Amino acid sequence: MIKLSINGIEVEVEQGTTLLEAAKFLGINIPTLCYNDGLSPYGACRLCVVEIRDGTASKMVSSCTYPATEGLKVFTHTESVLKARKMVIELHLATCPGSKIIQDLASKHGVRQVRFKQEYEDCINCGLCVRICEEQMMAKAIGFVGRGDKRHITTPFDIKSDVCRLCGGCMYICPACQLRCHGPNVQEEGAICNACLNLEPPCVDYFDDQMCYMDPCVVCEQAADRIPKSER
Amino acid sequence: MEQTKLDEIISANGNNRKSIIPVLQEIQATYNYLPKEELQYISEKMDIPLIELFSIASFYSSFSLTPRGKHLVQVCLGTACHVRGAHRVLDESKKRLQIEPDETTDDQQFTLKTVNCLGACALGPIVVIDNDYHGNTRAQKVNAILAQYKSVNNNGNDTTE
Repeated sequence: MIKLSINGIEVEVEQGTTLLEAAKFLGINIPTLCYNDGLSPYGACRLCVVEIRDGTASKMVSSCTYPATEGLKVFTHTESVLKARKMVIELHLATCPGSKIIQDLASKHGVRQVRFKQEYEDCINCGLCVRICEEQMMAKAIGFVGRGDKRHITTPFDIKSDVCRLCGGCMYICPACQLRCHGPNVQEEGAICNACLNLEPPCVDYFDDQMCYMDPCVVCEQAADRIPKSER
Repeated sequence: MEQTKLDEIISANGNNRKSIIPVLQEIQATYNYLPKEELQYISEKMDIPLIELFSIASFYSSFSLTPRGKHLVQVCLGTACHVRGAHRVLDESKKRLQIEPDETTDDQQFTLKTVNCLGACALGPIVVIDNDYHGNTRAQKVNAILAQYKSVNNNGNDTTE
């Protein structure tokens, strides 16, 4: 057993546990995007960053891939962590504003601006589809091809793969291409929606700042269309 | 390539994951590129998913998935070459060969590629054709350098034809 402290709380976990799992065990919520319980951790989205401190030195690590070590001091919600997370969401939003999951994360974490060059990609290279295809569907039909800014996900030779069984697992798990944000503000400059944020929550579950995170709720999106922009 | 040759390559390098790159290198050396059928065959033979071979082949720039010409012309655009006018050398090469980077001439003789550093910065701007280093290249010299390879080809072609 390994002893470590998360946000000052002592916890004992088994060898090989990741920081994310240890935090989850304590009920500490760390947002994730490319993490899935049934798949191997990948550390692509960087949303799960936490701060680990050793004396006065501190560094940021992705909690989904960092193994718990003896005496480690982990802080999941320090100011610099929250700032880094906001920046990560902002970067994702600049890449792929059409994703409802990313737009929801932006609303939830108070991202109100995108300071980067706006792109309209359909993929954030999180690798979830590649992993579900390999690890759960045992197919290995798709994978990363190319490198650098040309790295993308496709089948061999960009043609239908012989080993693909059209199970749809890749589309089911995709945070970007499946569930699209149809909010009213996505097409505008800056491509940040935040529409759900400004509406009376029609859902049962809501937060103090009137945000709905029913999954997927979408009622607010439909309502947003009927409310004049000046009143939002 | 006949399948026996591919089998030989696989058995010579060992039928395991760590021999993927040597196997691909040998196929690349034989064909000057990695043909689809060969990749499919070794994928089956070595029991490695095709996508994995495709990922590796597309990752390393020394592998090519499209046929390459007989001579590979690499124009260095690294920092040192760049400041010494590598772009003018590249423009001249494009004009002489009438192709863009990563393309092959119609007669399958030359493939033009740009690279980011060849580690011979003191010789910049540098052009590497096959394994010959042509240092201190100027745009004016490009035609003469290319001509050396053209003449060799023509002789070679004459004998084969």
